[in-house]
Amino acid sequence: MNAEKNTQMLDCLGVSRRDFMKFCTGIAATLGLGGLSSTEAIAEALTSKKLPPVIWIGAQECTGCTEALLRATHPTLETLLFQVISLEYHEVLCAAAGHQVEANKHRAMEEYKGEYVLVVDGSIPTKDGGVYCMVAGKPIGEHIKEAAEGAAAIIAIGSCAAWGGVPSIGPNPTGAVGVQEFLPDKKIINIPGCPPNPSNFIATVVHLLTFKKLPELDAEGRPKFAYGRLIHEHCERRPHFDAGRFAEAYGDEGHRQGWCLYKLGCKGPETYGNCPSLEFCDVGGGIWPVGIGHPCIGCNEKGVGFSKGISELAHVVRPTPPAVHPEVNTPAGGENKVAGTAILAGVAGLAAGVSVMTVKELGRQQKEGKNSSQEKEN
Amino acid sequence: MDRRDFLKVATVAPLLATVGAATDAEARHNLPPLPEGVGLLYDSTLCIGCQSCVAKCQEVNQMDLNPADSLHSKNNYLSPFSFNVIQVWQNGAGINKDQIDDGYAYIKRQCMHCVDPNCVSACPVSAMQKDPVTGIVTTDPSLCTGCRYCMIACPFNVPKYEYDDPFGRLQKCSLCNQKGVERIDKGGIPACAEVCPTGAVIFGKRSDLLREARQRVAADPGSEHKYPVKAIGSGEFNKTSIPHYNQEIYGEREGGGCQCLVLSSVPYEDLGLPSLQEESFGAATETVQHGLYRGMFLPIALLPALLYGWLTRRTWLSIGGGKAGNKHDETEAGNE
Repeated sequence: MNAEKNTQMLDCLGVSRRDFMKFCTGIAATLGLGGLSSTEAIAEALTSKKLPPVIWIGAQECTGCTEALLRATHPTLETLLFQVISLEYHEVLCAAAGHQVEANKHRAMEEYKGEYVLVVDGSIPTKDGGVYCMVAGKPIGEHIKEAAEGAAAIIAIGSCAAWGGVPSIGPNPTGAVGVQEFLPDKKIINIPGCPPNPSNFIATVVHLLTFKKLPELDAEGRPKFAYGRLIHEHCERRPHFDAGRFAEAYGDEGHRQGWCLYKLGCKGPETYGNCPSLEFCDVGGGIWPVGIGHPCIGCNEKGVGFSKGISELAHVVRPTPPAVHPEVNTPAGGENKVAGTAILAGVAGLAAGVSVMTVKELGRQQKEGKNSSQEKEN
Repeated sequence: MDRRDFLKVATVAPLLATVGAATDAEARHNLPPLPEGVGLLYDSTLCIGCQSCVAKCQEVNQMDLNPADSLHSKNNYLSPFSFNVIQVWQNGAGINKDQIDDGYAYIKRQCMHCVDPNCVSACPVSAMQKDPVTGIVTTDPSLCTGCRYCMIACPFNVPKYEYDDPFGRLQKCSLCNQKGVERIDKGGIPACAEVCPTGAVIFGKRSDLLREARQRVAADPGSEHKYPVKAIGSGEFNKTSIPHYNQEIYGEREGGGCQCLVLSSVPYEDLGLPSLQEESFGAATETVQHGLYRGMFLPIALLPALLYGWLTRRTWLSIGGGKAGNKHDETEAGNE
């Protein structure tokens, strides 16, 4: 094996083998792979070949996804750029600029045809010929179409690229769409999030390198290892939901006690993601929206994130029994509603009244009839 | 025979016939437990009230959600939306598990899969059936007419009708062996037993469950016991100490016996389990009902008697026996 060569290379870069294996184990854990063999396989994949070329195109985006990646700590950005991938083109991170960087992109697309990974962040404008996002005199959509032709895999990072994100909400003046909608014939791996945790992105890239295939995807094209579960299902505040303990307002007793944020509009019950276990980017220490007391806004989910109001109640996708138990011999049918009882009583009273009056009236008529007939006889 | 004599005979004859039938005819005794009959053993003292059985039951049986609650799947009582619920009995402060004073205890409510089920006895179209091998009581929706006799017949108040649905069906636990699920036929175990983390509900043959229950009841309180988890013979155990059990096993004899058995430390009546006679309701009612029709004696005797009565009345009316009423009519008419 080339373990020795690897060690030499790692030494050159000032990374101990121990640190490198730690990183590989971390990636294996994110991917949900167990055992020493998977760590070894990942180490092998990352060291035995030339680094996989990556072309990163930013469309209508806020650079948040890149910023999140820049702040990644496992691996750090330099480890990622120098040991995991070979970043051929990135509008923010490229040292070169202008014609030079554009030329390098085309060179990379030629040289690594069919091998490179295309990463897109940001949504793609489709209205008016896509003039709302121009790079090198061309609409960004054309750049993406061009790059997608020779790509081994296409990753849409961030909610904008995955399903349209913020630019696609409301009047949507630019006709912004996600990559999958823009390239319906291509298989896209979606890593939604605003921004997504960089570990989900890196783990997907490493999965591609190690197993030479896409990770298992859900119906929305999202890797199942990261987006397989509802946030609600592994949220640290879940016991409070089950016990019916809800924060009702920001700063109230329940909010300070760390109770469930459902009533403040938390979208965890309808949003898929590994946020509770991986937390927000690489901040650590229990820091993620729900962890710091803000309801989840559902940024991963089309039709939830940015489209539903933050305080709007979420639709609970899979309701399960509460942690409180009904009493033995709980009557079926629930309690009588006061209004319902009143209406029923009213109807009964009316019916009784009408009956009494009818009988009275009939009796009166009969009496009158008799009297009149007697009068006739007389 | 004059009218008076005839009526006397007509009144006494059926009474005599009934008494005769009840004494002469062989009474329908309780059905015996099936040798391969399967069921569940629910041990209230092991239950921690986690309701994972309730959640898994809904998932496996693909039940609609109760529209009463948008947050939780509301399972306060058995309904078409839940075949299996965990309820709590509380006394006083409700802090001591499985004790009477300030105590509380859990109970799993579901179909008891009676050895001699009264719902099967009451069903007029044989939609409710007891499997001849496993003894699982199931309802066939293609035969069910929705008369809901079974709901009245069940001493445990288990079968539930979909009142909200114009084409409502009858719903109850089938031990996860109904069409489309068929866990038992495929060698599996019911969902509730599969997920129970403590072995509070276990699956097995009724005979094995009864033996296990007797062992628990007979063991010294405080001594260690290897409680099977999931099913008898699963090889998984929950080792813990024996509590103070009720000495009777609920379902051993109640209403002719049940295939689902219950153990607890608090009185069964408190847990909503009725105290029942040993004779099954089916045996009692079928003895009377089948006795009435035995040899078709009573119907054959009654039909000519009724015919005779009808004919005599007609003749009596035609010869002017009912003049009183007519006279009244005439006077009324005269008044006009």
